[in-house]
Amino acid sequence: MELYVHPEFEIVRNEKKCIACRVCERQCANCAHGYDADSGSMEGYDEKCVNCHRCVTLCPTKALKIVQTAHTFRPNANWSNNTIRELYLQANTGGVLLSSMGNPRPLPNYFDRILLNASQVTNPPIDPLREPMETRTYLGKKSIPLQRGAAGKLIENLTPQIALTMPLMFSAMSYGSISYNAHASLARAATELGICYNTGEGGLHRAFYRYGSNTIVQVASGRFGIHTDYLMAGAAVEIKMGQGAKPGIGGHLPGKKNVGEVARTRMTPDGSDAISPAPHHDIYSIEDLRQLVYSLKETAGNSKPIIVKIAAVHNVAAIASGVARSGADIIAIDGFRGGTGAAPTRIRDHVGIPIELALASVDTRLREEGIRDDISLVVGGSIRSAADWIKAIALGADACYIATGALLALGCHLCRSCHIGLCNWGIATQRADLVKRLNPEIGAERLVNLVKAWQHELKEVMGGMGINSVEALRGNRLMLRGVGMTQEELRVLGIEHAGS
Amino acid sequence: MRKIFVREEWCLGCHLCEYHCANANLGNGDMAKALKGRRINPRITVEDDGRICFAVSCRHCTEPDCKKSCISGAISVVDGVVQVDQDKCVGCYTCILACPYGTIQPNAEGHVVQKCELCLQNGCEPACVSHCPNRAIIYEQEGVSA
Amino acid sequence: MKHVIIGNSTAAVGCVEGIRRVNRTDDIVLIADESHHTYARPLISYLLAGKTDKERMKYRKDDFYEVNGVTSLLGKTAVSIDPAKNTVTLDSGEAVGYDNLLVATGASPVFFPAEGLAQVKPAHTFTTLDDADALLKCVRESTRVLIVGAGLIGLKCAEGLRARTTHVAVVDLAPIVLSSMLKPAPAEIMQAHLEQNGVELHLGTSVKAFRPDEARHGAYFAELQNGESLGFDVLVYAAGVRANIQLVKDAGGACGRGITVDAFGQTSLPQVYAAGDCTESTDVCTGQRKVMALLPNAYMQGEAAGMHMAAAGAPLPCQPLGLIPENAIGFFGKHILSAGVYFEDGADGIYEDFDGGSYRCFYYDKTAQRLRGYILMDCPQRAGIYTALIRNGTQLPEEQFLQLRREPGLIAFPSQARIDILRKKEVAQ
Repeated sequence: MELYVHPEFEIVRNEKKCIACRVCERQCANCAHGYDADSGSMEGYDEKCVNCHRCVTLCPTKALKIVQTAHTFRPNANWSNNTIRELYLQANTGGVLLSSMGNPRPLPNYFDRILLNASQVTNPPIDPLREPMETRTYLGKKSIPLQRGAAGKLIENLTPQIALTMPLMFSAMSYGSISYNAHASLARAATELGICYNTGEGGLHRAFYRYGSNTIVQVASGRFGIHTDYLMAGAAVEIKMGQGAKPGIGGHLPGKKNVGEVARTRMTPDGSDAISPAPHHDIYSIEDLRQLVYSLKETAGNSKPIIVKIAAVHNVAAIASGVARSGADIIAIDGFRGGTGAAPTRIRDHVGIPIELALASVDTRLREEGIRDDISLVVGGSIRSAADWIKAIALGADACYIATGALLALGCHLCRSCHIGLCNWGIATQRADLVKRLNPEIGAERLVNLVKAWQHELKEVMGGMGINSVEALRGNRLMLRGVGMTQEELRVLGIEHAGS
Repeated sequence: MRKIFVREEWCLGCHLCEYHCANANLGNGDMAKALKGRRINPRITVEDDGRICFAVSCRHCTEPDCKKSCISGAISVVDGVVQVDQDKCVGCYTCILACPYGTIQPNAEGHVVQKCELCLQNGCEPACVSHCPNRAIIYEQEGVSA
Repeated sequence: MKHVIIGNSTAAVGCVEGIRRVNRTDDIVLIADESHHTYARPLISYLLAGKTDKERMKYRKDDFYEVNGVTSLLGKTAVSIDPAKNTVTLDSGEAVGYDNLLVATGASPVFFPAEGLAQVKPAHTFTTLDDADALLKCVRESTRVLIVGAGLIGLKCAEGLRARTTHVAVVDLAPIVLSSMLKPAPAEIMQAHLEQNGVELHLGTSVKAFRPDEARHGAYFAELQNGESLGFDVLVYAAGVRANIQLVKDAGGACGRGITVDAFGQTSLPQVYAAGDCTESTDVCTGQRKVMALLPNAYMQGEAAGMHMAAAGAPLPCQPLGLIPENAIGFFGKHILSAGVYFEDGADGIYEDFDGGSYRCFYYDKTAQRLRGYILMDCPQRAGIYTALIRNGTQLPEEQFLQLRREPGLIAFPSQARIDILRKKEVAQ
């Protein structure tokens, strides 16, 4: 029994509108709705509601809404309702609190304090509907000197690159943490868009090899699902050292989710817990990392760029500098607002730093050290809109990773209950009847819509700046100004304050 | 012609198609007003055994047994759509006896039968199709590769 | 090619439509003794009840003959067939030549002799529009009607007339109503329902003699075997029908209780086909030959015969017919749907359920793993799923049958069968 824990949400049903069709009841995997045959009316069980809006969305008469309970403790600025609630939960269970998706705490968001520039009079703006606007992006090492052969022809000595139609990718989410249909949606959309999605540490299901040229295959500390075909299947290989939502810790897919195709794809025994250790047990230095980078490159016949993904932590600039020297082609940095299928609450909410600051300091550091062109920089961790994306590029990112945004397009309503495994939207679940709720035909279509919309917005903003190629936006911090920031924040971000 | 097809693998068993069918055939008004406190009598049926679920409505057969069996000549095929002339129908239920898919049903009063007529009479796209949240029911040309 | 059709009801219309599915240009001549435009014959009881009218009863639209290029000779009776000369002779003496002939002469009511029957004028029957018209003319609110026969025709007539008069009595020798289709227990449910709706039933007895009511002009008494005496004003004889086989029989064609036909409606005479209530054909669920005088069968036989006639030996665009007895009938809102055989005496595999006023009975052949028949009273929902299983002789494992018995649904079918029904057939490009 959840002693002292009062429901956070209340199910409000407009009895005038409710026709007792029982759609809410059928659709709620948490069993928050019931039907009373005697009265012929519906009932709600607030304590079971996770506020995922599945019922609200499907209710044909719009008779439902979910509200935050007004039930409260005596107001206390120090001991908030949530703090007390979490304490009770721990006193009930003795366990580490688990959470999902990104950090919900009201910490500063620097993207929201950065404003973009536009051209006036001189260097006039460009209309993206009338003039070509280049968003094509190549990720990989760019510092190789041009060489010409005897006849003056260019020698093709460029190391492997990821070719993208725009500087955006879907970030790592494993098959297991999300469903087969969620993966199918991402894979199809990435292929149609000419960008990449990422397998996460769950291996690559056989059925998805055909999307290989738009797939980034991940190698993480549990080494699940890795074999030569897997490494050869993708457009690039990503070594995951850390994740923004849970820096410093590993991962755990419970045995009851690691079944059937999920377990087969991970190459683990059916029903066993799939535990990714906190460290890679063979990496204790940049030299160790370099060994893994090169062994993967060689296994893949030197045909795949290697990404090293790290979480944004305090010394991120120094770490990135080390990674750049490890032979990796791309570095991916995941900010502290990044999502997860399950993480200890305290770690998700208190470990790591904002991606804006991490990105700016890494870009600055690599420039200062003269190694910026040795490596491409991809950032993620709550890129919520084209505005965040554009600002990240102007701060120095070669491309952005999005995941939470992609899941929202698939139907996620951010109830942050992925760790329960009963995702009513068919995303973060392996229960067959729930998985089928996400038709990848619709999922892929919505993802394509979202990304195309963002691309339009990117072009609009670039046009406004008088820029016709994303290359000219990249690291162009002159296009950014801060508002309401301290001198120190502006210094780290490498931008001027608005008005100066 | 376009017909309704059902893709079992995407059916959620939510039964929304049944309610939207009922509402469309009651004039497509406010659903709460139309269906509140009422037992619906839709022209599409969701079958659900907890394991498998899917919706079934008239297949609009090219050689409909219902039409051949109709004792009053009330069932006809117009431009590929199997239709019941409820004015001619006397409610004998021979078509219900004949339809191999069980897609004809007595109307609410039981005096005549009703069946899916693709919402042509309702002046809209088939309501079951447009309100299926997962595209389990689709309205497409017959026999063309998807 | 010239096709001649004798008859103008369901089988005849089926034949016209069958011919036209194959061929648009052949000549079609339709001969019928009734002078009406083709009408839905079973609707005559609904006409009595005022639930339909002559306009709505038309089985096909007014332009049916014209659109289908049919020369209709209505009000003319075919009196003989000469299979050697390929001609039909009409009552006018005229001879109509044919390349193919369809005999769709239907069935006629039979009278069982009873003393004094000849004195009852008129003794009505109830199979044609003219019969219904005659009853409409003579039945008033207070008219006492006596119907002999508590079968389908008699009871439909009773239902129709109850809308016109409060006095409707039915006499039948059988101890139950609808004795050809119901067992005693469900028959009792129906009897109670009929009585609730004001139909007076006298079962297990018959009319010994009719005699005029001396006190009232035009009124009679029927003396029953059980000693009762029933006064009535109008008599309807609905004691059964007999297939009209004479034309074919006289021409030398094989006949049993009906005209013998094969799965395409062909008789033993060359180029002569027959369809509908006048025929005797194979019940595919038992293999027995029988008269299955039911409307869906008439249409399907007529259509198949028409297609066969028009195809003139070319490969047919249709399968041989799989006919089974199948019938839907309702009295005062209580419906009975049945198909196949559902009461084999002593047979293993009979499953009966009573639930309130509803009744369900299935005959599942465990050895052959097939559903052989069913009858449903007051639970018509999705019955056609059962009918198709019987007609197609679908192999049905017992578990699947039991699931279907609980609730008819496609869910009991194998996955591939469902996909075939529900999914778009994708054409490889």
